[in-house]
Amino acid sequence: MKRLVVGAHYGLMDWLAQRITGIVMAAYTLLMFAAMLGGAAASRQAWHDFMANGFIRFVSFLFILSLCYHAWVGVRDIWMDYVQPAAIRVTLHVLTLLALTGYAGWAVQILWRL
Amino acid sequence: MPNATHTVRFKIYRYDPDQDAKPYMQDISVELDSTDRKLLDAMVKLKAQDDSISFRRSCREGVCGSDAMNINGKNGLACLTAMDSFPPGKPIVLRPLPGLPVIRDLIVDMTQFFKQYNSIKPYLINNDPPPERERLQSPEDREELNGLYECILCACCSTACPSFWWNPDKFVGPAGLLAAYRFIADTRDQATGERLDDLDDPYRLFRCHTIMNCVDVCPKGLNPTKAIGKIKEMMVRRAV
Repeated sequence: MKRLVVGAHYGLMDWLAQRITGIVMAAYTLLMFAAMLGGAAASRQAWHDFMANGFIRFVSFLFILSLCYHAWVGVRDIWMDYVQPAAIRVTLHVLTLLALTGYAGWAVQILWRL
Repeated sequence: MPNATHTVRFKIYRYDPDQDAKPYMQDISVELDSTDRKLLDAMVKLKAQDDSISFRRSCREGVCGSDAMNINGKNGLACLTAMDSFPPGKPIVLRPLPGLPVIRDLIVDMTQFFKQYNSIKPYLINNDPPPERERLQSPEDREELNGLYECILCACCSTACPSFWWNPDKFVGPAGLLAAYRFIADTRDQATGERLDDLDDPYRLFRCHTIMNCVDVCPKGLNPTKAIGKIKEMMVRRAV
């Protein structure tokens, strides 16, 4: 069966999510810059205390989730553009998802053990 | 310089599949008069000099869209490109529109382009019985179609779009999406929902990553990226 098929009827939510996660990451980056200018990274202890703060944990978690979702949509787009065979593509999609999920868990574990 | 003749050098992509094993670039010069103002004028003279050079042309005033080609690396219409816009002394490099199969020299096979255009149903869908005179719009509603209906389907935009190069069979492309929005925006059209359903697809619409090559090359000064943005905005408004 070699007929070309399109019409998966998704894409809007991913496109929207990529925009929203981009805004979250940009806001987090600004927050980090502001904190560093304010001396949050002056010493190891100061940085540790800063990152252990409840609010910073909360937004760092959101940042990591945003990063992973954003990367998922972007990397999937690359596979869709350049990898044509469906079997290889679905394998790459699954590997990307697994890697990003693992990274998210690992990053949260690092940040929340502080 | 009334009627002063001058020589202009060209580098032209040549390929005749019946004779050539592969394409090559031909260096050729032509004597031009000062009245030869547009690139198409020069090409007509080139054709008189070497009638094996093949290209499409028709109206010579930017309405038919047939003489679209890659001019010094940028897509455009030969008939709208002024000869004095080229840097003097350097050869003018002409290639066929990128990404489409070459039939011969500067003539490309536009089948894929028109397939995508046809796929968006580029006609008014209205199931009401036709009124006695015409389907009316308010001036404000009509205003929305400006910048959309002027497209001449020259394919400069779609063949400048990397997303269309990679997926010409699945991505509608900027020209098709501009036309799609032309009917989505039309208050007389009753198939808005179906049109949005058809485009809500990772390939058909969302291959566009807003790099705006289409806006950069459009010889009619249209903005497909803006139209695509408005389609996405309508989808968001419909979904939330």
